[in-house]
Amino acid sequence: MSQMRSTHDKSIKKIKKKWGNITKVNEMKICITSTGKNLDAQIDPRFGRCAYFLFINTDDMNVEAISNESALAMGGAGIQAAQRVAQQKAKCIITGNIGPNAFQTLKAANIEVITGVSGRVKDAVEQYKADNLKKTESATVDSHFGRDDKKAVNGGKRQ
Amino acid sequence: MIISIASGKGGTGKTTVATNLALSLEGVQLIDCDVEEPNANIFLNAPIHERKEISVDIPKIDKTLCDFCGKCSEFCMYNALAVVPTDILVFPELCHSCGGCKLVCPWNAISWDKRVVGLIEHGMADGLDFYHGLLNVGEIQAIPVIKALKRRITRDKRVILDAPPGTSCPVIEAVNGSDYCILVTEPTPFGLHDLKLAVEVIRYLKIPFGVIINRDGIGYRKVEDYCQKEKIPILMKIPHSEKIANLYSNGIPFVTELPEWRQRFCDLFNKIQAEVKK
Repeated sequence: MSQMRSTHDKSIKKIKKKWGNITKVNEMKICITSTGKNLDAQIDPRFGRCAYFLFINTDDMNVEAISNESALAMGGAGIQAAQRVAQQKAKCIITGNIGPNAFQTLKAANIEVITGVSGRVKDAVEQYKADNLKKTESATVDSHFGRDDKKAVNGGKRQ
Repeated sequence: MIISIASGKGGTGKTTVATNLALSLEGVQLIDCDVEEPNANIFLNAPIHERKEISVDIPKIDKTLCDFCGKCSEFCMYNALAVVPTDILVFPELCHSCGGCKLVCPWNAISWDKRVVGLIEHGMADGLDFYHGLLNVGEIQAIPVIKALKRRITRDKRVILDAPPGTSCPVIEAVNGSDYCILVTEPTPFGLHDLKLAVEVIRYLKIPFGVIINRDGIGYRKVEDYCQKEKIPILMKIPHSEKIANLYSNGIPFVTELPEWRQRFCDLFNKIQAEVKK
C-alpha cells in the first residue's frame, strides 16, 4: 500500500513538472487559429492544419504566435494540435471548423471549443470578450477536412 | 514461383490478367490482395469454404497506472494516442500496431486489445486454390489483411498475386517478395503516367518485371515508346476488342470463350519462368 502511494505521489509530481499546476487553466488565455502571426491576420478556418496558433491574453491583449507543426502531419493533425493547445493551458479555442478526433481531445482537456468564426483575429477576440460567441458541442466537419486546401480555405486568405 | 500483378493506374486489367492467367495454368494458387475491392471471384465464382477474421493489436491503457506523462503520444508518429493533463485517449483507427507505446511507457500501463479489421476467405474453383481478403468498410489498415493473405502462400504452387492499384503501402506489401511482377497498363496518357510511377516502385524493390498492354490499338503509342526507351519487355498485348469487353462485363474470363488465349497465357508464363530462372 505504502509503495502504491509513493508511486502515486511520484506520478503527481511528474504531472506537475510537465503540465504545471493542472487544476488551474489560465482564465485569460484563449487560442485562435490564424493565417498570420498577429491580431490583424485572418482566422484560419482549419484547426489541425491551420498556419498559426495565436495564444492571446484577453486582459492585456498580449499575443504569442506558435507556428503549427502539425499542419503537415501525415495523419492525426487535429489530435496533435489539440495536445499542443492543451499544453499551453488555454481556456478556449476559436476556429472555423473542427474534426471529430480533435474535438474529442480538446473535450478531454476541458478546453471550450468555439467554431464557425471567420474574419480578423482581433474582431474575434472582441466578440469573445463581449460574450457573443457560442460554445460548440460537437465536431463540425469529418476527419481529413483540412487536407483539401480549396475546400477548407474558403473565407480566409493564406498569407 | 510467385508472380504479382500490379498496375499503377486502376482499372487497367490486373484482375483480367490474373484470372485468365490462373485459368490457363495447372497447379495455381490465386490470391486477390486488393482487399479494398476484391473482384477476382466475380470471374471465378469459387465457393467459399473457409473464413478467418483478421485482427490487429491496439493499445489499451490502464488509467490507474498512467500518469499522463505523454511519452507514448510523443512516440506515436500516427497520433493514435493523445495525452492531455488529466486524460489519455486512444484513436484505434489511426494505430498501426507497431507496439512502440508499450515499449516507452515507464509505468507498464499499456496492454493489448484486439480489433477486427477484416477477414480472409478461401475457396476452390476447378482445382484453383483461391484466396481473397476483405477489409471492413471504413477501415484504412489494409496491410494486416494482405499480410494474413500472404502467409497462406504455398511456395511450390504457381502463385499469382493480384495487387491493389496505385503505388502506396498496400501495393508494396502485396508485391514485395515476389519473383516477378507483371505491370498491366493501358495505352492512354493516364496509363503511361501511372505506369512510370509503378516502374519506379518495382525497380526500387528490385523485382524483375515486364508490361502487358491491355486495350491495345486505341491509337496512343507513347506507352510502347516508353517501354522501348526504358528497355522494359512488353510481355503481351490484349487488343481493344468488343468481344473481350463483352465477356468481361458478363463476368466471364475470356480464355474460356477464346481458347487460343490459353496458349498465349501459357507461353507468357513460360517466358516469365525462364526469365526468373536466368
